[in-house]
Amino acid sequence: MSDVLTSPETTESGTPKRRTMTLNMGPQHPSTHGVLRVLLELDGEIIDKAEADIGFLHTGIEKECEVKTWQQVVPLTDRVDYLANLSNNLAYVLAVEKLLGLEVPPKAQFIRVMLTELTRISSHIVWLGTHALDIGAMSMFMYCFRERETLLKLFEMFSGQRMMTSYFRIGGLALEPPRGWEKAVGNIVQEFPGRIDEYEGLLTANPIWMNRTKGVGFMSLEDLLDWGATGPMIRAAGLAWDIRKQEPYSSYEKFQFEVPTRTASDVFARYEVRVAEMRESLKIVEQALKGMPEGRHVADVQGVILPDREKMKTQMEALIYHFKIVTEGFRVPAGEVYVAVESPRGELGYYVVSDGTTKPYRVHMRTPSFGNLQTLAPMLQGQLIADSIAALGSMDFVLGDTDR
Amino acid sequence: MVPDTLKEIRVVQALEALPSAVVAGKVDRNELTLEIEPARIVEVCRLLKDTLQFNRLSAVTCVDWYPTEPRFEVIYHLHAIPSAGVQQPPARNERLRLKCKVSGEKPEIDSVYGVWRSADWYEREVFDLFGVVFRNHPGLKRILMPDDWEGHPLRKDYPVHGYKYSYPQE
Repeated sequence: MSDVLTSPETTESGTPKRRTMTLNMGPQHPSTHGVLRVLLELDGEIIDKAEADIGFLHTGIEKECEVKTWQQVVPLTDRVDYLANLSNNLAYVLAVEKLLGLEVPPKAQFIRVMLTELTRISSHIVWLGTHALDIGAMSMFMYCFRERETLLKLFEMFSGQRMMTSYFRIGGLALEPPRGWEKAVGNIVQEFPGRIDEYEGLLTANPIWMNRTKGVGFMSLEDLLDWGATGPMIRAAGLAWDIRKQEPYSSYEKFQFEVPTRTASDVFARYEVRVAEMRESLKIVEQALKGMPEGRHVADVQGVILPDREKMKTQMEALIYHFKIVTEGFRVPAGEVYVAVESPRGELGYYVVSDGTTKPYRVHMRTPSFGNLQTLAPMLQGQLIADSIAALGSMDFVLGDTDR
Repeated sequence: MVPDTLKEIRVVQALEALPSAVVAGKVDRNELTLEIEPARIVEVCRLLKDTLQFNRLSAVTCVDWYPTEPRFEVIYHLHAIPSAGVQQPPARNERLRLKCKVSGEKPEIDSVYGVWRSADWYEREVFDLFGVVFRNHPGLKRILMPDDWEGHPLRKDYPVHGYKYSYPQE
């Protein structure tokens, strides 16, 4: 890619080139959804070439994972994709459980599914609110965040934290589900479909919305796959690929849900796909609520999972295990795994390498936003600036996910 | 050499068309990993994409095994999915991991950008954080660290807290 900032003014033969202006969009910009810098070479209002410059939010999480014990990495993973915390937790603990060969009890698996789907709804709500806000529909933002409050209160009920929950741990859940959680989740399942209807009523048939989003940000499925995009972007291009269906994890195979697709592959199609996904997630949450199995919330493996508090206070062996696990950590057999889950943004994969010690040797997060954001440069070519904001929004990237 | 137990796998059989490209292989925890001779990586990837339809490159990453030589292991995660349609599983869903061991003295390997364009940013990231140079890459420059950063942070001999301090040291 040539250096956008120093392109010469004349061609080799001396004729003056059509002059383009180089404009910096970001890194501080209300509509780039984080600290993203996009270098735009503009011909009037049309984008000749766009180049995304990332790395402003790089905090070295992958390096940090190498100096923490296996359990201590879980709070780090929350902060990677900070709008869909439980998805990240899930991907990491599934990877480590695969390395350990650990079986998670069915109740924990169902709660994991339920909370991950609520996280998906929460992430799509933020996306919808901010995307609509960028395009100009300010009231959407207020409505969406009202719903998000209910979900954040629910997460706080389960884990004590609104956002960075770290609720999934290796072997199951951090704590038992709190008393009264069924009622709270039941309320959500009752109310949210009506709210989603409200959002659709405001936007889907709105002539302004349709004008601003139909035909904008088109990219063919072949290009999307070649550039590494996953998730709602490829589902809006016609490929019904959802890791929850194709490579089910954490008992997703027991749930009935559809994978919504559209074929237009533009901003409007991605909007429709995500709204439909919110409805499917609610169906999954309802099924999880109704079919919740009984049992432990965490596996019962000595030496890896912390023992029950009561046992720890009365039995010497449990106390010693507790001490060793907390101070030194447990050992994971050597090997490497790659586990992918369907996060709200696409394929979130964790490649975890263990060398047999108490700390991971390498953790690589294959984050969906990194792959999706690569499609920015080809997608924005030839678009108007205003359309580029819509296209950026439809990609639903999170800079924490991209930069780690 | 590839162990005999793996010789029945379709990918391994297809790769026999490129003799001695596959150096080793294993199936561990249901995942197939093949070690490829670094000089042959582009050929191997092109063969896998064209004949076995591995249409997605999920990620390119690297592991630093300092101080063992060869030091860097460049990892390619390939993924084969249908390129249209798909309503109900089972649909084609095959994952494959390719590894190339690259020495630490002058770590270089060919870029697979010509096979899958998604390699672009992933290879830039490996260059940025590990220092592995990708030949024939369309624009190999740092991606996550600032452009004038010295050093490659994810290497094992690079300290976790880095070398620069934003406040004066006592």
